[in-house]
Amino acid sequence: MEDVAIIGVGIHPFGRFGDKSAIQMGAEAIRSALADAGLEWKQVQFAFGGSCEVDNPDAVVGLLGLTGIPFMDVYNGCATAATALDLTADAIRFGKYDIGVAVGMDKHAFGAFTADPVHYSAPPWYGDIGHFLTTKFFGMKINRYMHDHGISHQTLARVAAKNYRNGVLNPNAFRRKAISEEEILSSAMLNYPLTKYMFCSPDEGAAAVVLCRADIARRYTSNPIYLRTSVLRTRTYGAHEVHSSWAAVEPAEAPTVYASRAAYEAAGIGPGDVDVIQVQDTDSGAEIIHMAENGFCADGEQEKLLAEGATEIGGRLPVNTDGGLIANGEPVGASGLRQIHELVLQLRGQAGERQVPGNPRVGYAQLYGAPGTAGVSIVTT
Amino acid sequence: MAQVPFAPDVFTWPAEKPQLIGARCASCAAVTFPAQDSCPRCGKLEMEQLLLPREGTLWTWTTQDFLPKEPYASGETPQTFKPFGMGLVQLGDDVRVEGRLTVSDPKQIRFGMKLELVIYPFRTDGDGTQVMSYAFAPAEEGN
Ligand SMILES: [Zn+2]
Repeated sequence: MEDVAIIGVGIHPFGRFGDKSAIQMGAEAIRSALADAGLEWKQVQFAFGGSCEVDNPDAVVGLLGLTGIPFMDVYNGCATAATALDLTADAIRFGKYDIGVAVGMDKHAFGAFTADPVHYSAPPWYGDIGHFLTTKFFGMKINRYMHDHGISHQTLARVAAKNYRNGVLNPNAFRRKAISEEEILSSAMLNYPLTKYMFCSPDEGAAAVVLCRADIARRYTSNPIYLRTSVLRTRTYGAHEVHSSWAAVEPAEAPTVYASRAAYEAAGIGPGDVDVIQVQDTDSGAEIIHMAENGFCADGEQEKLLAEGATEIGGRLPVNTDGGLIANGEPVGASGLRQIHELVLQLRGQAGERQVPGNPRVGYAQLYGAPGTAGVSIVTT
Repeated sequence: MAQVPFAPDVFTWPAEKPQLIGARCASCAAVTFPAQDSCPRCGKLEMEQLLLPREGTLWTWTTQDFLPKEPYASGETPQTFKPFGMGLVQLGDDVRVEGRLTVSDPKQIRFGMKLELVIYPFRTDGDGTQVMSYAFAPAEEGN
């Protein structure tokens, strides 16, 4: 199998952009990734495009050049971008192509996501009676976790405050204003114990990466970043996941745990080796739980870690250095590639004001979403 | 006044002691709610109807403090919306079921509290028909 390198990353800022289409944002993200790689679109041999709202992300070719390449579209919930990345990498790993692009783009309506619950194999009446809410699932999950592992409301607020602070340092973020822990705690309760400022919001944006066979990467860049592994997993029997009307009593680990273990094993890297971390912070509780599910701490240890500032940019476990979903919002198709964009900048030492000190060499990204899907990617210098 | 369940085959109705209608796999004993034709654990098509216990304990919970978007069909508006509690309630040894709680104040809710199934009017239609749904209410301790 071929090794895979990332030779270019590009992003269209996340936020709200009026009439601008997701396709336009996707094309801009690709142009920016190509410029970063010093490549032209006509050199790209294939692409995968991810989106929730756009049926045909491949329509970006109309804005980039109609070169006739194979362009495959994917949607896989909150793990859409991880899926586009994994499939692009696989096509290179298996020797089918040398150079490809993974792109994600979205443009969501305001407010919480909604859809037909039947598409999530939930009962048809699940939404009618008010159960079809991802936010309610996250409230229930972190509430039990806090009860079992002694996590305080203050720690929930610390996570959100950190991510807003990091967002201030990120010119591409949606929310670029620091919000105090006090204001976070006193904002409207949405789903106990989670308040308004502890949640991310759906928004708009795009991100792209250019991947190539590792052995040719230095033709294009002097600082390739290697995609050591990308892993996807779905839920197993016993896990309580988003949009489940029931759960088995028999316990099972969350899909993230399985994806994470498989990723560490495939990369030959352990959590102690990771220098920069990106996890799915749909809400601040999710960041806390995902820290443990990805092996970065024991259950309950987050209380102390957050109080010590360990997850800050200058801490020993920097988490969501670009502000995560809380500061960037979640254009579903693009979110995971935003994580990769940030890790690549950090590993190249190009993250500017939010640069993690000490020449970070290993980056880790995790996505999680309905109906119980997780994606993990590990990148290294 | 006519009372109709919001969907068929979710709970026994009318009934003096209503129960949720689930299913159990004849092969591996996995239990689901609502009933489904295939087993989520072993994949076999041997599911049999199972009436779930009426009483259970609260495994975890949250509150719903904002009006859900469509397809929410309570007829409420942002002005009339009443926040509600949501729980994952363990019924018997094999299954936990999501359901609304009749209490919504976090001070009235605690992990492990005993709950019982109630059927309540979820919405009243223009012709006066009451559309009934299920919820869990605090049960008297010691029952
Ligand atoms: Zn079975």
